[in-house]
Amino acid sequence: MSNIAQLLEEAESAARAADDLAELDAVRVKYLGKKGLFTQQLREVGKLAPELIPAAGKEINTAKDALATALEARRSALEARRLEAELAAQALDVTLPGRGERLGRVHPVTRTLRRMTEILSHAGFDVHTGPQVEDEFHNFTALNIPEDHPARAMHDTFYLRSGLLLRTHTSPVQIRALREHGAPLRLIAPGRVYRRDSDLTHTPMFTQVEGLVVDRHVSFANLKSLLYDFVSKFFEREVKLRFRPSYFPFTEPSAEVDVLAESGRWLEILGCGMVHPNVLRNVGIDPDVWSGYAFGMGVERLAMLRYGVDDLRSFFDNDLRFLEQFR
Amino acid sequence: MRVNLDWLGDWTDVSVGPEAVASALTAAGLEVDEVTAVAAPLDGIVVGAVRKVERHPNADRLSVCEVDDGSAVHRVVCGAPNVRADIKAPFARIGSRLPDGREIEAAELRGVSSQGMLCSAKELELSDDAAGLLLLDADAPVGAPLRDYLRLDDTALEVNVTPNRGDCFSVVGLAREIAASLGNAFRKPPASAVAPAHGETFPVTLTAAAQCPRFAGRVVTGLATDRKSPLWLRERLRRAGLRAIHPVVDVTNYVMLELGQPLHAYDLGKLAAGIDVRLAKSGEPLVLLDGKALELQDDVLVIADGNGAIGLAGIMGGQSTAVSAASDTVFLESAYFTPRAITGRARRFGLHTDASLRFERGVDPTGQARAIERATELLLGICGGRAGPVVVTEDRKRAPARGAIVLRRERLEALLGMALTDEQIESSLERLEMQVERGPGHWRITPPAFRFDLAIEEDLIEEVGRMIGYDEVPITPAAATEQLGAATEKSVAADRALDVLVARGYTEVITYSFIDPELEEAINPGATQVPLANPIASDLAVLRRSLWPGLIVAARRNVAHQRARLKLVEVGPQFTADDGRVAETAVLAGIVLGERLPEHWDGAAPPLDFFDVKGDIESLLDMTGMGTEFRFEAATHPALSPGRTARIIRANETVGWLGVLHPNVQELIDRKRSAVVFALQLERAFVASVPQFEHYSKFPSIRRDLAIVVDEQTPVETITATVRAAAGTLLQELVIFDVYRGPGVDSRRKSVGLGLILQDTYRTLTDADADKTMQSVTLRLERELGATIRT
Repeated sequence: MSNIAQLLEEAESAARAADDLAELDAVRVKYLGKKGLFTQQLREVGKLAPELIPAAGKEINTAKDALATALEARRSALEARRLEAELAAQALDVTLPGRGERLGRVHPVTRTLRRMTEILSHAGFDVHTGPQVEDEFHNFTALNIPEDHPARAMHDTFYLRSGLLLRTHTSPVQIRALREHGAPLRLIAPGRVYRRDSDLTHTPMFTQVEGLVVDRHVSFANLKSLLYDFVSKFFEREVKLRFRPSYFPFTEPSAEVDVLAESGRWLEILGCGMVHPNVLRNVGIDPDVWSGYAFGMGVERLAMLRYGVDDLRSFFDNDLRFLEQFR
Repeated sequence: MRVNLDWLGDWTDVSVGPEAVASALTAAGLEVDEVTAVAAPLDGIVVGAVRKVERHPNADRLSVCEVDDGSAVHRVVCGAPNVRADIKAPFARIGSRLPDGREIEAAELRGVSSQGMLCSAKELELSDDAAGLLLLDADAPVGAPLRDYLRLDDTALEVNVTPNRGDCFSVVGLAREIAASLGNAFRKPPASAVAPAHGETFPVTLTAAAQCPRFAGRVVTGLATDRKSPLWLRERLRRAGLRAIHPVVDVTNYVMLELGQPLHAYDLGKLAAGIDVRLAKSGEPLVLLDGKALELQDDVLVIADGNGAIGLAGIMGGQSTAVSAASDTVFLESAYFTPRAITGRARRFGLHTDASLRFERGVDPTGQARAIERATELLLGICGGRAGPVVVTEDRKRAPARGAIVLRRERLEALLGMALTDEQIESSLERLEMQVERGPGHWRITPPAFRFDLAIEEDLIEEVGRMIGYDEVPITPAAATEQLGAATEKSVAADRALDVLVARGYTEVITYSFIDPELEEAINPGATQVPLANPIASDLAVLRRSLWPGLIVAARRNVAHQRARLKLVEVGPQFTADDGRVAETAVLAGIVLGERLPEHWDGAAPPLDFFDVKGDIESLLDMTGMGTEFRFEAATHPALSPGRTARIIRANETVGWLGVLHPNVQELIDRKRSAVVFALQLERAFVASVPQFEHYSKFPSIRRDLAIVVDEQTPVETITATVRAAAGTLLQELVIFDVYRGPGVDSRRKSVGLGLILQDTYRTLTDADADKTMQSVTLRLERELGATIRT
């Protein structure tokens, strides 16, 4: 074995043993530096017989290349180790909470209203709105509730000093929309309504959604179908409904609808009926050609049933401890 | 209407039991709200006969009695003042239990042993009467369980009668519905007549025949004044929620409950001349039964005699002619007042009586004589006496007439959406006492007089539906109509704007549209308020002109609950008085308070300020695609701090406000920190444009930064406008990267750092191009704004 091979083996082993970049550099200088051992060997080559020079030179250069490769391999291993250590030293506590603004909440009434609107929009119901300060004509008279009608007493009405009133239901939107668009028509009217009543189960303001369909050949059977479908979709289960005869001046026949709760109790959820012919006449629609149905729902009522809220008043307390529960 | 099963049983079979009766009524449209037993079990409590009463040897107020309970005689110590020999009263045996749970044990009271207890009505929870023992009738069978004797095995139903069904404000009316629903027989009220025993009458005139087309009257003389209504009658009144007073009043109440026809009794000796039913004279005085003095208006119907008004027709009688326990001669009134004549009057005087309730909803226009006969029959049975003839004064032309209604089969089936047989239709209507006359494809239907609510074909369709049962109507989807929904991009939907704010940390609240006028005044001093005529509370008395008061109240509530940081938003209407009308504007408004970010381990964030909220608003306005149309202009607002207030302007119109609350208003929430509020008018602010694609440049851009010093008063908006005008079309973007005041800058001036991003659509921009643009920009800034360029 030549000196060169022995020297390479010695150098490679030194490179492998180097524990950091400085040590590794010292190995490089010792063997490959200007005064390094391989450099010295090259100088010695000149002293050989001319025919021996090329082979000896080649042997030395090959060994030098091999050493350079070994040094590089060791260097990148050491670099990688250093980076790893550095990163390890900078490790994050990934369990710390993230930074920045948190999400707010949509009010549960709005959330409920949006779902109701979404479900009904698939059946072609367009959203219509109307004023909240109304007159007697739109809120009562046109809806077949003439002055002195006992039903007016059912609606404890807020009046303004000017004689205008705060609408007691969203039904006046029916009148405005039918006057403007005529038949056929299919609408929902969501919005705030007002009644002069305040106790455990009443707030002086609440939210209603009114639905109206006026078309040819609309029947009570169609109304039942729509409401079954709506209430089932709203509660995301197949519901059982009970239609009870009731009385609203603007529908005939009229019904109140109860849903069978999981507790086995019937809970009232909405009022509905076939549009009273007087209402159609009041907006210039011939009740012998057109018929229709209407329904009205309390949004808070549905939200209470859906989300298990037990006090109507909490919707208007605006306490963040309540609102933030509706993620 | 509260009704008990025992009484209903006089008119129809209710043996199916209270729950089934309640279900039948509910299914017929008369919702039963409550089903309650009329009494506690009262086991071991029997009819006791007091045989002997002696003073207690050691107590003045106690008696020692001998009570016979049918099987033995017991010694009982009793404290009731009305105990005496030969009365009958409820006797609780040893081992029985009172409704309050007390068990009766043998006791020794002041040295005398007591083997049971004689009871008052209150102790048995039969009424509030605790004054003495409940005295039972002399013929009560001694030893019989009280429950059997008083027929306490009975149930009361609370029925929610809809306003159209005045006929159901009576036992008979409800019994008729139950019978029709269950398919049972109904015993019609008999037209029994008490033959007159004398000829005395009292004259009646109907001046206001339009309001009172029928008036039945009868004189009854010689009533015994020492009688009490029998227990069964008092019990029925009690179960309906009425108190027994004396026979005349009890009988009129009883007949009202049973037949639905309110009656009134006058002490004939106190009536002068004759009765006239007429409208009151304006200002006419009247003192009611309960002592309340009224001054009447000329649209109020009264009963008058020779001395003036003696009663509010259909609502309440007057004091001057009232019957008392001492009245032995009475004049009975059984009248038909039209609903229109009564509606609203009771309410106006703050009265709500059983009579007014029934007349407002409407009573049977043909039922007056029947009711007076029934009352006479009962009254004579209790008090003896002699009845005169029933005199019906009427104006037949003005009395409601009952015509026929045509019911078309085609219409019926189309509206209900189901096919029905002739038999189903006819029997439904006949069960409701309608006369049915069949024709080709239709029927002529004549409802009974008391069903004045039935006026049109649809009313009859409802009756058929009701009798068939709404649950029997099939569920049929409508034939699909092809009608697509609108989806506009020409405005930003409030919902989208709300969602953007929710993503930016806002929580939506809903506050009342009416607010405290004082808070309103604090926010908008001197502005015309929109007051409610009949507010429900003094702090909910005016319509809001702004959403801020509601938001302030909501913020205050949460701050009071130790909430240190909040961002609230509301979408809703605000109202302004506008020349007698009220204008409604839809507004999106918010309030923020606290630190910029939620508390974090990384260090405290500075407080939320004007510019945080401005960033939120700019994001909203940017959704219109027309963000550059908006300007924020320094302004003043009474609720906001001067110098920290901006008016938001679009095309010279104010569309919103942004500012830090004025310290005086801030005090209402939290003294230490300041809240920032904003409001945007949805309709004006959220008009949007539909995006139109533009080609963007493929060439590189050049950024040049520039720091200038200008007067403190110069708004940045003026600087950017000047830069844009000078830079022309090459300017793609302009950013403000720094605003600096302090060392190195004159005290009344500020340094503003501007970054200009320049780009050409068709070629690569050179440094020379950029230099040229920057030169014209600096020149304009120096010349027009007196700017100096910092180097």
